[in-house]
Amino acid sequence: MTTVTAPAREEGPAVDATSAAGTRPTPTGNTTRQRKDTARKWAEIGLFVGPALALFLTFVVYPVASAARYSLFKWNGVQQFSEATFIGLENYARALFGGTDPATQAAFRTAYSEPFWTALGHNFAIIGLSMAVQLPLALLVALTLNRRFPGRAIARTIIFAPYVLSEVIAGIMWLIILDPNGIATRMAGAAGITMPAGGWLESQTWGFWVVFFVVTWKYLGLAIILFLAGLSGVPQELQEAASIDGASWWQVQWRINVPLIGPTIRIWAFLSIIGSIQLFDMVWVLNKGGTTGQYSTIASFMMQVGYFRNDVGFGSAIAVIMFLISLVIALAYMAVMLRGDSNSAGKAR
Amino acid sequence: MTTTRRTLAATATVASAALLLAACATGGGTTTPSGSSATSDEPVTLTWWHNGVAGDNGQNPLGDLWQELADDYTAAHPNVTIKIEQIQNEDLQRTRIPTALQSGDAPDIFQQWGGGELAAQVDAGYLMDLSSVLSSDIDRLGGAVAPWQYQGSTYGVPFRFGVEGIWYRKSLFEQAGITSEPTTMDELNAAVDKLKAAGITPIAVGAGDKWPAAHWWYNFALRSCSKDVMQASGTTFDFTDPCWVDAGKQLEDFIGTQPFQDNFTATAAQQGATSSAGLVATGQAAMELMGDWNIFVFEGFAADDAAKEELRADLGWFPMPATTGGKGDPTAALGGGDGFSCYKDAPKECADFLSFLVSDEAQKRFAEKVGGLPVAPAATSAVTNENLQELAAVASNAGYVQLWLDTTFGMNVGGAMNDGIVAIFAGTGDAQGVIDLMTAAAATQ
Repeated sequence: MTTVTAPAREEGPAVDATSAAGTRPTPTGNTTRQRKDTARKWAEIGLFVGPALALFLTFVVYPVASAARYSLFKWNGVQQFSEATFIGLENYARALFGGTDPATQAAFRTAYSEPFWTALGHNFAIIGLSMAVQLPLALLVALTLNRRFPGRAIARTIIFAPYVLSEVIAGIMWLIILDPNGIATRMAGAAGITMPAGGWLESQTWGFWVVFFVVTWKYLGLAIILFLAGLSGVPQELQEAASIDGASWWQVQWRINVPLIGPTIRIWAFLSIIGSIQLFDMVWVLNKGGTTGQYSTIASFMMQVGYFRNDVGFGSAIAVIMFLISLVIALAYMAVMLRGDSNSAGKAR
Repeated sequence: MTTTRRTLAATATVASAALLLAACATGGGTTTPSGSSATSDEPVTLTWWHNGVAGDNGQNPLGDLWQELADDYTAAHPNVTIKIEQIQNEDLQRTRIPTALQSGDAPDIFQQWGGGELAAQVDAGYLMDLSSVLSSDIDRLGGAVAPWQYQGSTYGVPFRFGVEGIWYRKSLFEQAGITSEPTTMDELNAAVDKLKAAGITPIAVGAGDKWPAAHWWYNFALRSCSKDVMQASGTTFDFTDPCWVDAGKQLEDFIGTQPFQDNFTATAAQQGATSSAGLVATGQAAMELMGDWNIFVFEGFAADDAAKEELRADLGWFPMPATTGGKGDPTAALGGGDGFSCYKDAPKECADFLSFLVSDEAQKRFAEKVGGLPVAPAATSAVTNENLQELAAVASNAGYVQLWLDTTFGMNVGGAMNDGIVAIFAGTGDAQGVIDLMTAAAATQ
């Protein structure tokens, strides 16, 4: 600050005029100002990004790193972590194929590996079913609600309502509905469907499908709202022009609306896939993945074994596997499916 | 583990006005704690975490009793300050205590459920050895202290302990023409048939919560396995004795007679009228296998005091019937309870206060005010409920009392065992599967 040169002082930018007009007695030089600006810029960045970054590091990066560390140990969560035994990747091996120890491999395969793959299978089944069932269903409803008709606002609200409900409230509501003595049994009975042995959720064959139905009910609203938002961005002229050219309503939807909301659909699919892998709340509220895990997900299995059985090292390994699956799918999806979208968006701009 | 956790929550939610009045009459007197010679005059603060929280009706007889006892103690020991924190049971057991122990800043006195969990805490070096400081109290309390002992030392003392048996509705037994309480499995099967013939669901089980279903298996194991095998299993985790598989086979046979309500795997134990306790309380099922706390759960379904009285009069209790064959002691019973431990760094007043908490006088007040089953033999006279008296008699006459097996084996093996047993109930697993799961879980720890 003391090395300010005279010419620099003279070249002081316009801002100086204001500061000179103000209370500051000595105008500062250009270099100082630049340096000051840089410092100020960083101070601003620090101020605005700092808290978020601190939160991110504390509640995302640190737990992820800790889980990765715990996953390499045999640790029951009761003893001090320093007392835990380092066992390398054995927890991962136990989850994936029953571990490397021939003495316990068969037992671990039945007790840990099979439930793990069953749970993971449920996650991927939900991904597949989301694309096969939820996507067409949501599109159909969105296209219908995109037309003008009396009561459209109310219909939109009703369809979006389940998504707004908290998972726990919705889950308990479904538990009550699906109770063997509950209203679902009576309504299905009236429709000529008898309840499967054991109950709607506890039946080994029905349980998963009933849970998928509940999940669809819960999250379909999000897809519909996203698609509706996308549809509202489709220029009206295109649809009118097509109609004039003799295109039917279906043709307009199929050839104009659906392709034009492609980016929205792809974003929804991305959210749906990630959500399906991490699916936990609803499944947990619906009796913790089922009494025999008939609709367990990888997250509910992790909770069941890692937390409630004090097998913290193993549970951490499951958590890391779940994280890696999400990460790989997210990166691959962004690279393959969403790259085109951002490119075309850039061109349009 | 899960069972005991629910116990006091249930106790706390159902406070009878009569018991409260009785407690007011006796609670005013001054009490002199035993073993006060161990204390000095230095100012000391004891922190105390327990699970006596207010129930849905806003009443908290257990929490109130602990506060009163703490006040009495500090009045007699002016240098001691007791800071109490009431914490909901699952939070306390699953999150608060483990985290506090890990951090090295644990409460001085905290709730202790005993068994495998206590063993894990002892192994980690968290608990104070109370064997010598409380030796006279341990002798006075008797065998019920066993679950709070590990490798020959005592690390906690219980204030409540009860055994389990079959609760039933006398009126439904009468309706079905059952004249006496079943004492053997054959008699139980005959009673089941009679109830079915009368159109009554014989037995309710909350298999949706897993542990209530698992308790049937525990009882078969208790009758099937010798005392030695049973008691060694908690430390060796050796389940190679054929009696363990036999327990599952007996359970399979019993389920085969279809004694339970429909859709039992979808039934919760305690919440709502369609829960297993709700079915018995509302007269839709005749029996339920449960611990001492079930009386409070049943009463929670009564609309008013008159209905509560009526229900109480209609409830009967008998111990688990004897099975044929098996190396087990036919008089052995399964049970569990609640107690307290001192943290390793707690001031020595902690042990003295524990001694006061389980004194005969405090135990009497526990029985009178909270209605629970005390551990101290001298306090059992304060138990007024007939069924609880019978239950206490069975416990004291038992060849030995085995702690709930899931609590004995700890979270890991105990949880695997319960999952395996429920699979038998659901028809997806078998007797050998339970043993395989337990053995696998034991190999991971």
